[in-house]
Amino acid sequence: MANMEYYHSVRLDPEKCRGCTNCLKRCPTDAIRIRNNRAAIINQNCIDCGECVRVCPHHAKTAVTDPLSIIENFEYRIALPAPSLYSQFPQVHSAEPIIASLYKMGFDEVFEVARAAEVVSYAISRTLINEDRPRPVISSACPAVLRLIQQKYPSLLENVIDIMSPMEAAARIAKEEFSKKRNVPVEKIGAFFISPCAAKLTAVKNPIGTETSAVDGVLAIRDLFTQIQSLVKGEFTPLEIERASTVGIRWAMPSGEADAVGMRHTLCVDGIENVKHALEQIENNRFDRLDFVELLACTNGCLGGPLTVENGYVAKSRMNAILRHTPDRQIQKSEIFENAHVKFRMTTEIEESDALQLTGTMKERLEKAARIEEIEATLPGLDCGSCGSPSCRALALDIVNGHATEMNCIFKLNERISTLAGEMVSLGASTRFSVGGNRDETDLEDPFAQEGKE
Amino acid sequence: MIKETFPVEAGNMTAAGDVSARIKRQMKQVGIPASVVRRVSVGTYEAEINLVIHSLGGHIDFEINEEQVVIRVVDRGPGIPDLKKAMTEGWSTASNEVRNMGFGAGMGLPNMKRNADEFSIESTVGVGTDITMAFNI
Repeated sequence: MANMEYYHSVRLDPEKCRGCTNCLKRCPTDAIRIRNNRAAIINQNCIDCGECVRVCPHHAKTAVTDPLSIIENFEYRIALPAPSLYSQFPQVHSAEPIIASLYKMGFDEVFEVARAAEVVSYAISRTLINEDRPRPVISSACPAVLRLIQQKYPSLLENVIDIMSPMEAAARIAKEEFSKKRNVPVEKIGAFFISPCAAKLTAVKNPIGTETSAVDGVLAIRDLFTQIQSLVKGEFTPLEIERASTVGIRWAMPSGEADAVGMRHTLCVDGIENVKHALEQIENNRFDRLDFVELLACTNGCLGGPLTVENGYVAKSRMNAILRHTPDRQIQKSEIFENAHVKFRMTTEIEESDALQLTGTMKERLEKAARIEEIEATLPGLDCGSCGSPSCRALALDIVNGHATEMNCIFKLNERISTLAGEMVSLGASTRFSVGGNRDETDLEDPFAQEGKE
Repeated sequence: MIKETFPVEAGNMTAAGDVSARIKRQMKQVGIPASVVRRVSVGTYEAEINLVIHSLGGHIDFEINEEQVVIRVVDRGPGIPDLKKAMTEGWSTASNEVRNMGFGAGMGLPNMKRNADEFSIESTVGVGTDITMAFNI
């Protein structure tokens, strides 16, 4: 599955794209340009937050996930439903019929990612108690936020908790348990994450913090929705699996993780723009008493994921109902909790990304930066996006990098046309004057010149 | 080399932080090492807030050359009567209103000094304060 060319999962359908500026203006990493009347994604800058998928009125932005047929590659198949899946079905206020539907769809086992979330919460908690880490410690659960930090806030990478995400932990625990229970080799077991999130497929194909992922496929909630919906109302035999508690299921919602980690001073920030503001303030040392911060790219956390079906607020309200029907028992500390903070520790360092930086030697980069300032000062500063770059500053960057010219700015172009037209008029007039010689004085006035004087 | 000057308005808490944010963005684009960016950000933010809260207005000069990031903070007064005291952690003349906004804990100047590789401050009552912070890249 590894593919070196693979960067990210958010893609453009050029057939549907009309080249409007909706996605351009909303991208948190300036990873989109409009060129030749179509949006283009700058691959290395895209963090797969899914903001453009949500905002595109023409549904031209999509996130690549795996087709359900991928499960056929394995003899034994485990479904790993994200807890947000439970909130998607009208009139269904319990996770049980949804889990049962997954068995009916052909999965041999269902392992709730919420269960792994409990293990991960415990592992984070243990790490924070035993080790002195720079505060605030930042959650590593949201892959889009991790990529944002790599690109824009690399000085905060040392604050990121080096524990795997619940998805990754779930795949590992589920395979191990299934292998023991059924006495089958791990290689024959496939684990498939059922995802609300556009960034999870990227997290599987280009893992952060681990060499490889134990997840074998990522299925979008929205692709499985109709099938589960048709099965969910049917009868089912009572589940024989160990169920997740409210502690793990709450991870689907904002503050779920922060509450589960159980530190004294915690904070949750949802929505990618809010996350950026919070990271700026962490960088400025503005949080003077904060132990742990949960940062979620999507408004309403995973419930607002771009691959969900339900509106994030409807999902949130339904999730509250589901949580009331879930026994609020303590986490049952089975053996998987033992050494979880060692077992699920990341194995590779999270590295800084230079995707947003200028290229060249220090001298060259400084020269480029100075030119960007100069060019930006000559641009109108409206950040209208009509040039195809998200802001005047971004256009200045594109000009310096040779990807655009000043004439991409419609105001600059207008100015230039006016000047040229003015020259043409006076050129034409002077020619006629010398040839014909009997024109009225007023004909000589340049209509554009007057506009310019205002 | 990049050289820029940003004016800072006294008392305008709405714009407080804009200059340090611009400087930070500029450093990141140039690819200044993350640890340096962090120290400059903390120092510049403190300086900017100081200008807004305590001074009669002034400006922040920003320079990146191949060796250093240099921040110079100049105001038009009122000047600091007792520099030694002002450099002591926890000492502050900030009003309750400002403290209620989460500023004025008396960590400003000591914080700047701690984060910078080179730090100098000159202040004359009635004239103003002139601070230079340099950070090695």
